[in-house]
Amino acid sequence: MDRISLSLGSGGQLMKDFLKDLILKHLGNPTLDKFGDSAHLDLTGKIGFTTDSFVIHPIFFPGGNIGKLAVVGTVNDLVVSGIKPRFISLALILEEGFAVKDLETILSSIKTLADEAGVQVVTGDTKVVRKGEADGIYINTAGIGEVIAEPGNIKEGDLIAVSGCIGDHSISVMVARGEFEFEGQVQSDCQSLHPLLPLWKMGAKWMRDITRGGLGTILCELGEEQDVPVFIEESKIVLSPPVNALCEILGLDPLYLASEGKAAIIIPQDLETEAINFLRTLPLGEAAAVIGKIGGIGKKGEVVLKSVAGGLRLLEPLTGELLPRIC
Amino acid sequence: MMDPRLLREEKSVRVLLKEVEKSLSRIGRELKLMEVCGTHTMTSYRSGLGNFLRKIGLRLISGPGCPVCITPNGIISAAVEFVSETPNVIVATFGDMLKVPTNKGSLLKIVPDKGSSVKTIYSPEEVIDMAKKNPDKQVVFLAVGFETTIPSIGWVVEEALKKGYENVSLITCLRVVPPPLRAILSSGSVALDGFIYPGHVSVILGSLPYEFIAEEFRIPGAITGFEPVDLLLGIISVLKQIESGQPKVDIAYPRVVRREGNPVARQLMDRVFEVSDGEWRGFGIIPGSALSLREKKMDAVEKFSMDTSSSWENKNCRCGDVVKGAIEPPECPLFRKVCSPEKPMGPCMVSVEGSCLIHYKYGDVEWIA
Repeated sequence: MDRISLSLGSGGQLMKDFLKDLILKHLGNPTLDKFGDSAHLDLTGKIGFTTDSFVIHPIFFPGGNIGKLAVVGTVNDLVVSGIKPRFISLALILEEGFAVKDLETILSSIKTLADEAGVQVVTGDTKVVRKGEADGIYINTAGIGEVIAEPGNIKEGDLIAVSGCIGDHSISVMVARGEFEFEGQVQSDCQSLHPLLPLWKMGAKWMRDITRGGLGTILCELGEEQDVPVFIEESKIVLSPPVNALCEILGLDPLYLASEGKAAIIIPQDLETEAINFLRTLPLGEAAAVIGKIGGIGKKGEVVLKSVAGGLRLLEPLTGELLPRIC
Repeated sequence: MMDPRLLREEKSVRVLLKEVEKSLSRIGRELKLMEVCGTHTMTSYRSGLGNFLRKIGLRLISGPGCPVCITPNGIISAAVEFVSETPNVIVATFGDMLKVPTNKGSLLKIVPDKGSSVKTIYSPEEVIDMAKKNPDKQVVFLAVGFETTIPSIGWVVEEALKKGYENVSLITCLRVVPPPLRAILSSGSVALDGFIYPGHVSVILGSLPYEFIAEEFRIPGAITGFEPVDLLLGIISVLKQIESGQPKVDIAYPRVVRREGNPVARQLMDRVFEVSDGEWRGFGIIPGSALSLREKKMDAVEKFSMDTSSSWENKNCRCGDVVKGAIEPPECPLFRKVCSPEKPMGPCMVSVEGSCLIHYKYGDVEWIA
């Protein structure tokens, strides 16, 4: 079989072969190998649960593919909520004619990432739709894990840290789409955030992964949710050279670009050195820095930005932009 | 190339702001300068400088320099009608044009006729590629802009004629910058102390076309660039002219603007376009303010007998007054209440250079530090 056929959907032997030759070949483990209708799992204490769907175009981009993203997205949602990820589900919606070779690449990325992040794929589903009814492949994953920390009490003076430079995923996907006819590639920052888990033990109070809407939108949500004033300094935010260049050329505001492996973290003041030193040892973490604080001159719920030029302005959440499918 | 970050540094900005403050206190009254180009509005708000300048007595008001904002609605509705009622056509245009509302919807939301589509372009030359790849389709370029983009639009026309692509034509709303400035000054509707002239329009035009403003109207002005330091250098030049009582057109952006502009680009414009009277949203017809195609077979409005006469507007939308500098966005009754970037009622809330969008995103600050 070179291409996914519609008859796969009718169940029977074809589906069995598909599961055995493709899914189990890449993802097999004692739970999945049982072919049960549900997975029996050992978990203790309070459990965290999340789900996300992935429809990115293009499916392959420098630094990742839709499979890697599907694991990363769900794992990261758990990690930033104080949950140690343990198990994920994997549901595939395939377009008739999708190349099996591409599916193998995607499954192999899923396996690599799942191993890296310490999660197992324990249940799943595959559906095939007619040609033209989907864009190659869509993936849904759900993830569960053990709650290891509850968000802390955020108060004035707490610091806002970012775990590295921002916007690389958005720029990578934009360039990969070929919309701007730029030559070369920009690596996405798509990666699992599970290495951030020890920060909860250190005393982190809040985390959020910087995905759609970018850092700007997340900070606005933070101000609103927690009903605190937020103050950030534009000069402290680090951009990789390609993100900086593309933002200059195209007039994009990096504060609204997505990353897929970076987080904003709130830490108490006395944790600054320890947390930043820790973050800088992690992959893609060299540029980790404190970029602002809770408090400053804004009102509760407002985010005030001090621009590179030294002026002050309010930060608004992302509005009215045309967002391509980046995740 | 100079690293633009150097032109944003707080250290330099502070030194220049001191100069501005000192000069303002010598002049001893509040001043109002018009920044002709929407990108200057963007610079002043995004950097937070606009808020500070206002506090120390200098107001920057936006002028008619956003192409999307001044394009009359009839032109956009002609494009909307065309692509929704004609099979096998492509309407190509710049991103910001897609969301402008018309009585028939926006280019983004309408359903194109069978085989037809709306395509966003980043550079006019993509139109030539599109025509080559789609020989069985009519490609209509909804081309708007000022002197910055007009030469590259002219290049598309010459290239299509040279290569014999008969499936390319244009709906144009090409406007030149100096005539509306005369219209604003002659109407006396806004009292201005000076102009910040557009940086990239002036790369093409040079400084001569603005000189009537200094000579006839005795109003100072400076051409400048789009980084905070550029903007402040332009402002300082205008303030110096006010203090000395000697208005002129200063070039505070010498790294790209020459007094004579770019004659090669202007020759290309002359070959392809002729000067005509043009309609501007908010102004009506301004004599000698438009460039029209010399080669009538390239004119999509004639080729497809389009109707550009629709004058539909949301009746409470004040975009027309915003582009003239007669009101600021928060004075419009729709601003923030029903008009937002998600649901724009007029073009100034659509364009990234639109004054309303910039105010919405960056401007609504009650406190000033």
